[in-house]
Amino acid sequence: MKNLVILGAGTAGTTVANMLRKKLPSDWALKIIDPDTEHLFQPDLIFVPFEMQTPEKTIRPRKGTLGKGIEWIQRQVQQVDADNNQVILDGDDKVSYDLLVIATGSHIRPEETPGLLGDEWQKSIFDFYTLEGSVAMRDALKTFEGGRVVVNTVEMPIKCPVAPLEITFLAESFFTEKGIRDNVELIYVTPLDGAFTKPIAAKALGGILDDRGIKVEAEYNASEVDVDRKVLLSYDEREVPFDMLITIPTHMGAQFIEDSGLGDDLAFIPTDRHSLIANNHDNIFVLGDATDLPTSKAGSVAHFQAEVVVDNVLHLIKGESPKAVFDGHANCFIESGYGRAMLIDFNYEQEPLPGVYPLPTVGPFPLLKESKFNHWGKLMFRHVYWHALLPGHPIPVPNQMSMVGKKRPPQLAADAETA
Amino acid sequence: MPVVEYAGSSIEVNDEGFLVDSSQWTPEVAEAIAQEVGIDELNDQHWKVITFCREDAAKQGTPPGLRRISKNSGVNMKELYQLFPKGPGKLAAMVSGLPKPQGCI
Repeated sequence: MKNLVILGAGTAGTTVANMLRKKLPSDWALKIIDPDTEHLFQPDLIFVPFEMQTPEKTIRPRKGTLGKGIEWIQRQVQQVDADNNQVILDGDDKVSYDLLVIATGSHIRPEETPGLLGDEWQKSIFDFYTLEGSVAMRDALKTFEGGRVVVNTVEMPIKCPVAPLEITFLAESFFTEKGIRDNVELIYVTPLDGAFTKPIAAKALGGILDDRGIKVEAEYNASEVDVDRKVLLSYDEREVPFDMLITIPTHMGAQFIEDSGLGDDLAFIPTDRHSLIANNHDNIFVLGDATDLPTSKAGSVAHFQAEVVVDNVLHLIKGESPKAVFDGHANCFIESGYGRAMLIDFNYEQEPLPGVYPLPTVGPFPLLKESKFNHWGKLMFRHVYWHALLPGHPIPVPNQMSMVGKKRPPQLAADAETA
Repeated sequence: MPVVEYAGSSIEVNDEGFLVDSSQWTPEVAEAIAQEVGIDELNDQHWKVITFCREDAAKQGTPPGLRRISKNSGVNMKELYQLFPKGPGKLAAMVSGLPKPQGCI
């Protein structure tokens, strides 16, 4: 019997497992290793603080998400011994593999920034990348009457790069609807040179923060938090005082990746951008947030990559070369408050463009533009996630990014022609 | 796209001054860009950063972030701010002939 072992039963790992279980030859065993008993639907974490979703509805028992034929090993991975094709679990038990799929995601590391985990953690400083963080922020917002609310991304890359914008828009809309917007100063603090960094998106959406009275502090690299004074500090000594700090801490790959020497300095694994095979190990696939690839760390990416990994696993098993190619495709709804959302669709080469998605003319989802349709789409996606995506059923959106329905703004198109 | 004269060559840059084609970069071009952004002379420490950025970007497909530069180039965060005032992440990428660090929108 040969072994295909998947590490991590989040979006990427679960999808790959469920897609593979009916396709693997009968002499292959399919195992997935994850210590957590619950599966968290992460896109809902931005809604919990504003009571747009209950904490209970964001999680489901992991058992029900893994189909028949998948052996779930409910243990913590300690290390991968890639030279001997073995996964070492807590307690030193070993699981051998012929093919390994690493899908252990990306995790916040607030301890990387001095002061974040101090006395104000979950009192006036909140993350929204964990359910505990989102719930703590919800509880604080219940009694919040006004002050300086600072949203800060410590450094890139982060999971769901649009989430800091979404939490800002949702907070602005929440304070307005609560009738306290005039008492709140909202500041978006980013290490990038603006809230929008791609030329076409910047042009289409650049005014939206200004329109909503949200200030931007750009090229800000946070170094520490002065907890006593409630001030965020940067390496170039800019002080940003806060009454509430919504932090997007440093993200890193799983601890065992660091301990196994498989990752870069943030414990993300160097991965071939097209085949999704680890650069240094030809029997290890990597997908989802665990890779070092220059695309978004997002559920849609995990889904598109899952299809590529499944194809390439089957090619390798047949003794063929890995033919399936990942193009960097990502698409993300961006909640913009007041019951509306935007949508972006892009890949390694193509920045987000305006237009409609997924069908030309009829869409129904407008790209790079606010719409109620997109907000409904985002909410409807919950159902698609649990009942189609995670179980590995086909979803009617193309795996590779398509230019159908997209429009290049005339000026940029003209530039491209004369270039 | 604007075309500028750097070190005797015509180089295409975008509206913010970043090279459109990274392969047009030469050390002389780096010196010219540096002057343009107010860095009078590139010293050994600057070159450590530039060399790391170019090598890393060739492997990764994107310019390295500040943490990555400070951990791997031999130049620490504080010094990065002295060498490339007003935003070392962006300026190091620009002088290295790389695109600016970007988000997804």
